[in-house]
Amino acid sequence: MANRLWRCVTNSQMKENMSKSDLGALSLSRRGVLAGGAATAAMTSAPAAIAQAAASSPMTPAEPAPMMPVSFEVNGQREDLTLDTRTTLLDALREHLHMTGTKKGCDHGQCGACTVMVNGVRINSCLSLAVQHQGDKVTTIEGLGTPDKLHPMQAAFIKHDGYQCGYCTPGQICSAVAVLDEIKRGVPSHVQADVSARPQATNMELRERMSGNICRCGAYSNIAEAMGEVAGVRA
Amino acid sequence: MKFDTPAGQNPIDRMQVVGRAMNRIDGPLKTTGTAPYAYEHHAEVPNAAYGYLVPAAIAKGRIASIDTRAAKAAPGVLAIVTAQNAGPLGKGDKNTVKLLAGPDVDHYHQAVAVVVAETFEQARAAAGLVRVDYARGAAQFDLDQALKTAPLTGGSSGEGSGAPAVDRVGKFEQAFAAAAVTLDQTYSTPDHSHAMMEPFASIAAWNGDELTLWTSNQMINWGHEDLAKTLGMPKEKIRFMSPYVGGGFGGKLFLRTDAVMAALGAKAAGRPVKLALSRPVIANNTTHRPATRQRIRIGAQKDGTITAIAHESGSGDQPGGSPETAVNQTKLLYAGANRMISMRLAVLNLPEGNAMRAPGEAPGMMALEIAMDEMAEKLGMDPIAFRIKNDTQVDPEKPERRFSQRELVRCLNEGAQRFGWSRRNAKPGQVRDGKWLVGMGVASAFRNHMNMPSAARVRLGQDGVVTVETDMTDIGTGSYTIIAQTAAEMMGVPVEAVVVKLGSSAYPVSAGSGGQFGAANSTAGVYAACVKLREQVAQRLGFNSADAVFQGSKVTSGNRAADLKQAAQGGELVGEDKIEFGKLGKEYQLSTFGAHFVEVGVDAYTGATRLRRMLAVCAAGRIINPKSARSQVIGAMTMGVGSALMEELAVDTRFGLFINHDLALYEVPVHADIPHQEVVFLPEVDDKANPMKAKGVGELGLCGVGAAVANAIYNATGVRVRDYPITLDKHLDKLPAVA
Repeated sequence: MANRLWRCVTNSQMKENMSKSDLGALSLSRRGVLAGGAATAAMTSAPAAIAQAAASSPMTPAEPAPMMPVSFEVNGQREDLTLDTRTTLLDALREHLHMTGTKKGCDHGQCGACTVMVNGVRINSCLSLAVQHQGDKVTTIEGLGTPDKLHPMQAAFIKHDGYQCGYCTPGQICSAVAVLDEIKRGVPSHVQADVSARPQATNMELRERMSGNICRCGAYSNIAEAMGEVAGVRA
Repeated sequence: MKFDTPAGQNPIDRMQVVGRAMNRIDGPLKTTGTAPYAYEHHAEVPNAAYGYLVPAAIAKGRIASIDTRAAKAAPGVLAIVTAQNAGPLGKGDKNTVKLLAGPDVDHYHQAVAVVVAETFEQARAAAGLVRVDYARGAAQFDLDQALKTAPLTGGSSGEGSGAPAVDRVGKFEQAFAAAAVTLDQTYSTPDHSHAMMEPFASIAAWNGDELTLWTSNQMINWGHEDLAKTLGMPKEKIRFMSPYVGGGFGGKLFLRTDAVMAALGAKAAGRPVKLALSRPVIANNTTHRPATRQRIRIGAQKDGTITAIAHESGSGDQPGGSPETAVNQTKLLYAGANRMISMRLAVLNLPEGNAMRAPGEAPGMMALEIAMDEMAEKLGMDPIAFRIKNDTQVDPEKPERRFSQRELVRCLNEGAQRFGWSRRNAKPGQVRDGKWLVGMGVASAFRNHMNMPSAARVRLGQDGVVTVETDMTDIGTGSYTIIAQTAAEMMGVPVEAVVVKLGSSAYPVSAGSGGQFGAANSTAGVYAACVKLREQVAQRLGFNSADAVFQGSKVTSGNRAADLKQAAQGGELVGEDKIEFGKLGKEYQLSTFGAHFVEVGVDAYTGATRLRRMLAVCAAGRIINPKSARSQVIGAMTMGVGSALMEELAVDTRFGLFINHDLALYEVPVHADIPHQEVVFLPEVDDKANPMKAKGVGELGLCGVGAAVANAIYNATGVRVRDYPITLDKHLDKLPAVA
């Protein structure tokens, strides 16, 4: 509810998504197809142009999707991939590099479970295509620490029980690490009284900046304490 | 082990490991992204193809035709399965509605087909080429309309929270008419979505006629049995695994279409198939908490003694479905000689309604605890005093049944003191802090505890390692950790010497995760298995098992002592047993209690509500791990804030779907919404519950908190909103004038 400005960027994508099924039904209703409640309606989940093309020549095989080479670093290791250009950075990590620490919660930039750092800045990896990342340096949860050698933020999450089911947790931790860096670098936020002043790692500042990472188990209070400990402030 | 008399002294009472606020043993895996969830088994299944669902685009009717030619010809496509080529399918006992549409469509986004392709991108693109022609049928999507003719219906909300269609004690109508002070109000709660972070997902791999399934499911045995029934194959031919579950909240109690369609797709493609539901499909394809319309009447004497109480609720579901048992707690929570509860169930063609965290009590307490606040105000009483006045130590319907433990009054008093309740201004709309209208609210918390049989196997290896195997799941609840603590306490070893294996149909059948029955019952099952193992250890060592003490990785008996692992030198020892329950749970009412305290600020200009402080005081039997139990409670409080302030599946009554079916439009609390939360557990042991003397706590934290938020908003604004969620549009025009 609160502080969802970050979601503006996803609205157009969301509407596009809705248009594929829900709005398809709406447009049919405008033509009165539904009168009587038993009319026939034809729908596909594809955009109209593709659907019509398919309907007019259903046996014509679609063209194979173009493949493209891309190279980027993941956690310091160079990866060379040749990918279907539709592949997101998230799916490149999970399905091609088998690094499943980065999670797919919504695939639409709504939940933050797929948060990784690219060149030191956190992004939702589901919202960018892998081939956009030529030459980039990607850091995932696996690059922060391992069970035997935890990153301080990972250790703080364990100590403060900043997770339950664990599915949003890698994204929360990547965001948490990036947030403290953003504050250190003086990146302003929506809840600062004075955006020209240096931001401080206050409880509200941390919560505001973390609000793109949903935790349905509701570990927020504990995550704030874990972050506060790492930041050296009282959450 | 049959539990039919109150538990005496036992090794758990030592509380050397049990009862300690330990870090979760799965923490290092979860925080490093190395815990494998359902879709993440590349090592075991290196050659999986990708399935993508085609969901129904109408809510009710039938599929006139499906044209899969373009999709089949698309690059990379390996197979397409629809009802036409799936072969005969059964329906799981726990499913109200079939999991593959055709020819009939039962609800919006019901599965119509799965497209299997070499890659995810190919499967998704080809799924968009499946052309489906539908014939719409007549349908009912409007709950208020449907309730006008809905019949009285008893039943359960899917986790055992049952109630009869009508239940009467005394003469409610006469007592209500004669009462000095009365309240008669209606309340509404909307449909809710579980919105767990991990999408429904499965990987299916066939080997001849044997199926291996990795999935995300709270109840291994229910899913296992219903998958066998759906596919028409023997259960023994299916391995059903769910070692990590990325949240469930009731949504993953049952077999769902991802498992069925992955299995069918894999069979058709001749390849293992992985399939996850895309986020925008989840809200309408899977289950949800049904909306309710509730009427509550309370009559009391001037001194606050309740003489008449009635709670009626109406909800809707698919044909053959169940009511949301929102009246359940009103049978037990407060005294009153004349009582009535009833439920109506309307047939709706919306997606299947079913259990969501604290089914029944969650929406029921949202209404009842506002009603108690309203009634206290009418009586001129403090809302805590009014609740305490009507406390009961016996089942109000059957006074010969006592509660095994009932510390509601202590929860309320302790919470009032800690929260500074005395500073609350009873007159609403009086307290300002800058632009904020400030208010405090309270509500009781109540949720029944349920006994469920639960089995486990415990091995003592030659290396002294204790390994627990049970099909229990850890859905974020801390099962791995509390089971390790239980086995460590019973066998007298450190937690580090215990390995816990969960979530596989290869292991003994546990209670599973639901209805806040998981922790207490699954650990009681492990207790029973450990008792068996202890007997074997004593026998192997030639000790008298009755007086053998297991401590410090040693076993002592009289003046004899041996290393525990010495017992396994001749070979691994295995103890297996199941906890079963006698009639104690009928002789006594087993329930959990608490009190929620909330302080809110409501923006005097915009009407937006912000949580300022939250406290829950809980009395729920022995707390096995105060750290993970506290997290369960704060998580439930967070979900309660969601139901109070923002969560609502918006029904499109024209086309019969939840229109806000993704995580941008179905709003759940985010970091900025939730302040620091305090939780207090009163020290309690309940010897009538089980040998652990523990009860559930994971849902207690949700029951009542929404009403505490609502009551705090009323105290802040003076505007009473009875229609959840309390969004700013519902009180903005009635807020106190801004000077």
